[in-house]
Amino acid sequence: MYAQLVETGTKKLKTLEEMGPQERAFQEKVNDEIKIEPKNWMPEAYRKTLIRQISQHAHSEVVGMLPEGNWLTRAPSLKRKLQLMAKIQDEAGHGLYLYSAMETLGADRDEEIQKLHDGKAKYSSIFNYPTLNWADIGTIGWLVDGAAIVNQVPLQRTSYGPYSRAMIRVCKEESFHQRQGYQILLTLMREGTEEQKAMVQDSINRFWWPALMMFGPSDDNSPNSAQSMAWKIKRHSNDELRQRFIDQTVPQLELLGCTAPDPDLKWNEETGHYDFGEIDWQEFFDVVQGNGPCNRERIDARRRAIDEGAWVREAAVAHAEKQRQRRQAA
Amino acid sequence: MQNVSQITRTPLTEYLLRLGDSVLVLGQRHAELCGKAPALEEEMALMNVGLDLFGQARNWLTYAAEQINAEQAGSELDADALAFKRDAQDFRNLLLVEQPNGDFADTMARQFLFDAWHVPLLEGLAQASDPRIAEVAAKSLKEATYHLRRSSEWVVRLGDGTEESRARMQRAIDNLWRFTGELVQFDEVDQAMADAGLAPDAGTLVARWKATVEKVLEAATLSHPPFDAWMYTGGKTGHHTEHLGFLLAEMQYLPRTYPDATVW
Amino acid sequence: MADWPLYEVFVRSKHGLNHKHVGSVHAADRQMALENARELYTRRNEGVSIWVVLASDITASAPDEKEPLFDPSNDKVYRHASFYELPKEVGHM
Repeated sequence: MYAQLVETGTKKLKTLEEMGPQERAFQEKVNDEIKIEPKNWMPEAYRKTLIRQISQHAHSEVVGMLPEGNWLTRAPSLKRKLQLMAKIQDEAGHGLYLYSAMETLGADRDEEIQKLHDGKAKYSSIFNYPTLNWADIGTIGWLVDGAAIVNQVPLQRTSYGPYSRAMIRVCKEESFHQRQGYQILLTLMREGTEEQKAMVQDSINRFWWPALMMFGPSDDNSPNSAQSMAWKIKRHSNDELRQRFIDQTVPQLELLGCTAPDPDLKWNEETGHYDFGEIDWQEFFDVVQGNGPCNRERIDARRRAIDEGAWVREAAVAHAEKQRQRRQAA
Repeated sequence: MQNVSQITRTPLTEYLLRLGDSVLVLGQRHAELCGKAPALEEEMALMNVGLDLFGQARNWLTYAAEQINAEQAGSELDADALAFKRDAQDFRNLLLVEQPNGDFADTMARQFLFDAWHVPLLEGLAQASDPRIAEVAAKSLKEATYHLRRSSEWVVRLGDGTEESRARMQRAIDNLWRFTGELVQFDEVDQAMADAGLAPDAGTLVARWKATVEKVLEAATLSHPPFDAWMYTGGKTGHHTEHLGFLLAEMQYLPRTYPDATVW
Repeated sequence: MADWPLYEVFVRSKHGLNHKHVGSVHAADRQMALENARELYTRRNEGVSIWVVLASDITASAPDEKEPLFDPSNDKVYRHASFYELPKEVGHM
């Protein structure tokens, strides 16, 4: 998802009996759904895993501004421009809420962002795909934010207090994002010209599989999941969330009058779920390792913004220092 | 499709287009800044300003379209038609706001020089005898007052910051200065509006603008070229710099490329 | 790179409640912190007042002091109105 592959540093779960008294008390609190707060004792691996997960999540929000920003200057009406700008701004805000939660774990925001710029930190694979037509803005809202919501709603109950509170805020604000996206697509499909309808189908064809990949590798290929679930910083398995997303999305796809680029997608009466085709995991791992269509562009854009702004941030600090000295002298 | 270049303009519609186009074009410059702010916190702030400006543009242009429709039989314009279907020579925005974003000093200097004018203008417009103008202006004024506070602070921070930031801010002020003549030179449209009690008179506006500029630049330890320096004007009458054409080509790309599309 | 220090942000909602901690922002000075907090935490009409304070200026109780600090008030039931039983005739008090 927004944090697709989070290394926990532990491949084998400890039982309560194997834990020392502090860790055991910690795990029992987690089991009892009592939130862990910044100054509480926590296993070092839990803290590090959370920093990785929350920073990946935050980076994803910030990098996620870029594919949408690509169409902000070309949004086709004042209404769409306002909606898109508000949505992108929310994403910057969500990045900030998450970085703020991450900093309560003793991590430094600038250091974590530097890791992103050095290509050492991950962010959601989805944002390495290009936005090539206006309908992509609708599709991102519908599929990408839709997938994000499926993942984030359970994270509101995650065991770490500041992360949980950030997710509650994010979920509350994001409720308009998916609707905004779907409404763009519905408008184009119902009232648009043939050219506009073609944009929508083209967009779904390109984003369908990458959106399914957002939930991360399938469970049998997800070695860190067990520990993350025990710590309750992850609450459902990747495959479970992916299935939930598909089940809720296919009827919306049909309502649009569009198709998915998956010949195996069909309702299964027996399981009560949709069956779907095999995901191209090679593509997923390629993109995660930096070889997606836009990885370089996205990182370059973020690095440029922060590097080129260095003189501005320095000037602000210099001015603040001058002000402080003047106050002292007065 | 109605040819939006053929609309006749009364002083009121002309003036509403000036108001709407200036905030629209400045809003579009903010849209270009997305993802490029020097800090994430500043990203939030820039987009809040952008949202305010587009909202103001929508209000002014909606009123302009209604006025044009009332004056011209068969006219069915709306704010989007005015924003997305007019050519550069039909735009009435100030030259100042179409200037490129440049670096953060250029962006903030442009914003400050505009805000310092926008606030007293809106204060005057909020007293207009036309209740619609007064209402839009009063709402915009709250936003612009905050914009001015922020842009003033940035001018001071950068001017009185490091050697580098000071040099950049000074250069930005010097470069943009020639576009400020338009803010304070009244032409017959401005005068007609002032005479009709719909807009502030030149004296108040000019004095307020100059006082704000001098006060903030002094706090920023910066200088400015003389107020009576040579000025580049023409935006208010549709004579623009080369930058506007590119800005509009990008902004209007979709409605222009798909002229048959009636909804987005 | 020049780091902007961390400020904790407290917002009072319009319903007359106390200022409530909502998160943090980075800023070069206090004024900027106030504005950054406004941009981030009051985009949806959430607040009528904001406090910002340098995170490094906050003194917090430590979790291992929880028992000595907070448990002693557990058994002081006489501080609560429900402790005092009065006859029905008194009515609401």
